[in-house]
Amino acid sequence: MLTVSVYRYNPETDQEPYMQDYQVDTKGKDVMVLDVLEMLKAQDSSLVYRRSCREGVCGSDGMNIAGKNGLACITPLSEVVKNNKLVIRPLPGLPVIRDLVIDMSQFYAQYEKIKPYLINDTPAPAIERLQSPEERAKLDGLYECILCACCSTACPSFWWNPDKFIGPSGLLQAYRFLADSRDTATEQRLAELDDPFSVFRCHGIMNCVQVCPKGLNPTRAIGHIRNMLLRSAA
Amino acid sequence: MVTSVTSFGRSGLSDWLLQRITATIMTAYLIFIVAYFGFNDVDYASWKALNAGLPMKMFSLLTVLSIAIHSWIGMWGVLTDYVTVRLMGAKATALRMVFQLGVIAVSLLYVVWAIDVLWGI
Repeated sequence: MLTVSVYRYNPETDQEPYMQDYQVDTKGKDVMVLDVLEMLKAQDSSLVYRRSCREGVCGSDGMNIAGKNGLACITPLSEVVKNNKLVIRPLPGLPVIRDLVIDMSQFYAQYEKIKPYLINDTPAPAIERLQSPEERAKLDGLYECILCACCSTACPSFWWNPDKFIGPSGLLQAYRFLADSRDTATEQRLAELDDPFSVFRCHGIMNCVQVCPKGLNPTRAIGHIRNMLLRSAA
Repeated sequence: MVTSVTSFGRSGLSDWLLQRITATIMTAYLIFIVAYFGFNDVDYASWKALNAGLPMKMFSLLTVLSIAIHSWIGMWGVLTDYVTVRLMGAKATALRMVFQLGVIAVSLLYVVWAIDVLWGI
């Protein structure tokens, strides 16, 4: 039997959050953490968490598993169970709505700030805006972000200033549009980022890189943004 | 764009760049001083002769200025991380201003003191 300790909090009935222990029989199989949560849900239907695609594509089930942020659906038990015990908490740094469900408004507000869409003021061509394979290759390692918030909620700078620091996820996306050959708003985008908080709160501790379930590197993208700022201003 | 009036250079880029430039100057000074003591048999006369020269005075003053700027930017970063309304409530802004003015005052006083010491040699 596996002991699973889960963070529980229902603001309507609980004074404060607490950890609840469950016993689960995984029949010795190395299932994913999400499968375990489904078993818990069958035991106790009051347990609440977000999930959707169950294959690491939708980014709904980001949570803190054994102390490290990750997606429950693609995290096997063998990676996170220690001494036959599994500890699951919500992503840290954002308000908890209930149990493992967090309020991601602040995260999305930062994403909205970087204008996550192509801006192009030249007349639209008859068919589509073409890119060379080299130009397209610049977007690799950037476009794959699924906005699961594992990185931003692992970042102390985002914990302390979630209203001012854009955070690793938003900055990865910011660079995705700065690097896009079809975007013509580079200067405006850079001007929006050149304050002491938006980009420069990153101190390069690389928690984001350590936790990203898609293996992306926000710290490197932030470095590229810094270099672009330096080149446009120096 | 987040506006901030208490950071050193107002722009994140200039603060970031200054932080690195001042760090380089401080490192160079440290290496020079350690090497000077390591490779020379230093007594009062030679130490005074070294510091009496204008180039050394300028190098020392540059380092003191670097320390002042570096600590202003660094302490501003620390204070805006931890002494904030988000973490401490409404009193945080006044408290942070007191701390920031303290850091700025101490930094400037050290610079003035250093000028007095260096040009008093």
